[in-house]
Amino acid sequence: MAEVTMVEAIRAALDEEMQRDPTVVLIGEDIGVYGGAFKATEGLLAKYGWERVIDTPISETGILGAAVGMSYQGLRPVAEMQFIDFIACGFNQMVNFVAKSHYRWGGPVPIVVRGPCGGGVHGGPFHSQNPEMWFVHTPGLKVVYPSTPYDAKGLLKSAIRDNNPVLSLEHKFLYRRVKEELPAEDFTVPLGKLAVRRPGRDLTIATYGATTLASLDAAGELAKEGIEVEVLDLRTLAPLDRQGILESVRKTSKLLVVHEDVRTGGLAGEIAATVNEQAFEDLDGPVLRVTAIDTPVPFSPPLEERFLPQVAGIVRAARELARY
Amino acid sequence: MTLPEMKYPLSRDQLLQLYYYMKLTRELDEQLVRLFRQNKVVGGLYSSIGQEASAVGTAYALEPKDWIAPMIRNVGGLLVKGYRPRDILMQYMARSGSPTGGKDGTSHFGDLKERHVVSPISMLGDLVPVMTGVAMGGRYLGQKVVTMTWIGDGGTSTGAFHEGMNLAASQRAPFVCVVENNQWAYSTPVARQVRLRDLADRARAYGVPGYAVDGNDVVAVYQTTKTAVEQARRGEGPVLVESKTMRMRGHAQHDPAAYVPPAMFEYWKARDPIARYEAWLTEHAVWNKKVKAELDSRIERELKEETAVAEASPLPQPEVAEQGVYCDGCHVIQAQWERPVDEVQPPQASVEAVWTVADFGGSNGQPQAPARAAAAAAGEPPSSASRKFGTDHGKPGGSATLARSKARAKPVPAARRRAPSGRPKGRR
Ligand SMILES: Cc1ncc(C[n+]2csc(CCOP(=O)(O)OP(=O)(O)O)c2C)c(N)n1
Ligand SMILES: [Mg+2]
Repeated sequence: MAEVTMVEAIRAALDEEMQRDPTVVLIGEDIGVYGGAFKATEGLLAKYGWERVIDTPISETGILGAAVGMSYQGLRPVAEMQFIDFIACGFNQMVNFVAKSHYRWGGPVPIVVRGPCGGGVHGGPFHSQNPEMWFVHTPGLKVVYPSTPYDAKGLLKSAIRDNNPVLSLEHKFLYRRVKEELPAEDFTVPLGKLAVRRPGRDLTIATYGATTLASLDAAGELAKEGIEVEVLDLRTLAPLDRQGILESVRKTSKLLVVHEDVRTGGLAGEIAATVNEQAFEDLDGPVLRVTAIDTPVPFSPPLEERFLPQVAGIVRAARELARY
Repeated sequence: MTLPEMKYPLSRDQLLQLYYYMKLTRELDEQLVRLFRQNKVVGGLYSSIGQEASAVGTAYALEPKDWIAPMIRNVGGLLVKGYRPRDILMQYMARSGSPTGGKDGTSHFGDLKERHVVSPISMLGDLVPVMTGVAMGGRYLGQKVVTMTWIGDGGTSTGAFHEGMNLAASQRAPFVCVVENNQWAYSTPVARQVRLRDLADRARAYGVPGYAVDGNDVVAVYQTTKTAVEQARRGEGPVLVESKTMRMRGHAQHDPAAYVPPAMFEYWKARDPIARYEAWLTEHAVWNKKVKAELDSRIERELKEETAVAEASPLPQPEVAEQGVYCDGCHVIQAQWERPVDEVQPPQASVEAVWTVADFGGSNGQPQAPARAAAAAAGEPPSSASRKFGTDHGKPGGSATLARSKARAKPVPAARRRAPSGRPKGRR
């Protein structure tokens, strides 16, 4: 079987779900004839027609609102944000309409909102952001953030089948950089369950998205120094697999959280607080963080490199933590 | 009984029903004020006094299968849709028996399964794209449903309203947007919000029909809205209806509306929708004193009973606060298919994924000669689905998307039926 990229895995997930369930429809900007800015929906218009692959005007509020409305009719729309940064233009729909619908009056909103996020491709301040915490902080939403083609496909399928609104963040740096052979048969990856990417006994790194790869590289280097790192790929950020994190921390007694999102108000803070509350006795050192710096995402390559967490920084922090 | 000629005739029972709903709305309003004064209402209280014809007449133009999303001054629409006064009373009193179990108040509730009501959120404008989506979804499933929401004069200045209307127009969604121009947005008069006298003219920006109607004349409201609803149902796309009325109270109970010139209240008081309709019913001999008295006492009796039921409902248990964030193992909304599902699956659904551009966008607005020929020759064939259903299920660039004159014009000649300038067409 041929290896597929993450973007191909996403396309396959959409295709298979549309084939499986005629209530699945796609809506977004330039997703039809053009196949999407990153070609995630390429070929789907030809296959499923104008009614199921809906090109819209430039209207993030419109797209998200229409997706909600279609879901109230029993459909399962998948809305694409051309770049996830533009979800800010539909923010109100997400946090006030979508997230609160079921809680307030029992109106489930089984929609998926997906789009490319993340830096490292010199996209600048408006095409590189990691907006996960805007939504993790909003009760009622689920947020997934895969790091492999397998997970991208399996999580997207779970997201489409889930009765809740799911935001699927797809790191654009990973779209075509990671390849993997996928099973031919239908499979899903459960929401709310982390994956242990590399087992280890000395220290836990909890991470997600593109920094999973950086953390694995770091773990490889640290292994040469005799530090055995356990790397957790969180995969779902809301609801967070707190048990999975605590289990690993109870084993290794040390936790480093790595993410590409900025530091202040990032997921690392929430994880540190959870571990502090529930596994303080098990800790042999402080919970440390390696994150982006608290600035907008700068454009020029040396600036962006400074902004983003790097393998060297992860290695340094892990070494420091290992010394405790 | 000799009635004036109506495009959409109303029977005597229907005419009396319109009165019933309007009067019930007003009496419910007054009842809520009493409860408010007794400190039984939790939070703010919003009145729709003066706007009963607007909410009732518009909602009455819908069929049971159609969808609404009410704003705070559309209690009348909720009553038409089958909600009872107790539902609204309990919402305002935050009781456990309210449709949201105390999770939200006012008109913020809905019912996807039976009544087809979508709950609003407070943020003005966002219902417009949402109800556009409900309309698109209904059409996709082959239902002939129309969706409707209301928005205030103030709400039409939001970006969400614009995005929603434009999206609805571009998708030709069977959606009716009622702009309730009650002259005020909180303390700001319309003239300070927008440089249009008729908010119906906002429709022109989207290339859709816009009708203005006397919002205090319930029969006129019904007739105009029905025209809009049937247009939308026929697949001609969204319609905007401006209902000109007046908010006869402050923005909410706390607001004495001191900024409204007294003469303006006087002007509109003389045009009170219920008093006017009462006179109309008498003039056309639809009822007599006895019938009116019966209706009024029925309303009084009902409200008394409904209030007792509402007041008997306890406040919710605190632990309810923790429930229902996610819909896990909860009910699922099953799509109601009214067309063969095969039509949306390959191979039937498959198309050639190309745009047909009939107009190259030259400055004179006319297509280049070859394009004009192509557009005319193409004759805008419908999709396979539309041939069976007579609507085009929202494929882009369907026919008749051009702005229409207000009165429905004669059939537009084929050459003019091409998509507007620069607008790509989905099919050859
Ligand atoms: C987007 C948004 N901004 C502000 C408000 C606060 N607000 C609530 S109602 C209102 C006035 C609304 O006026 P209008 O749309 O004309 O409706 P009306 O109250 O007259 O029915 C305002 C400013 C809001 N609900 N939503
Ligand atoms: Mg107003």
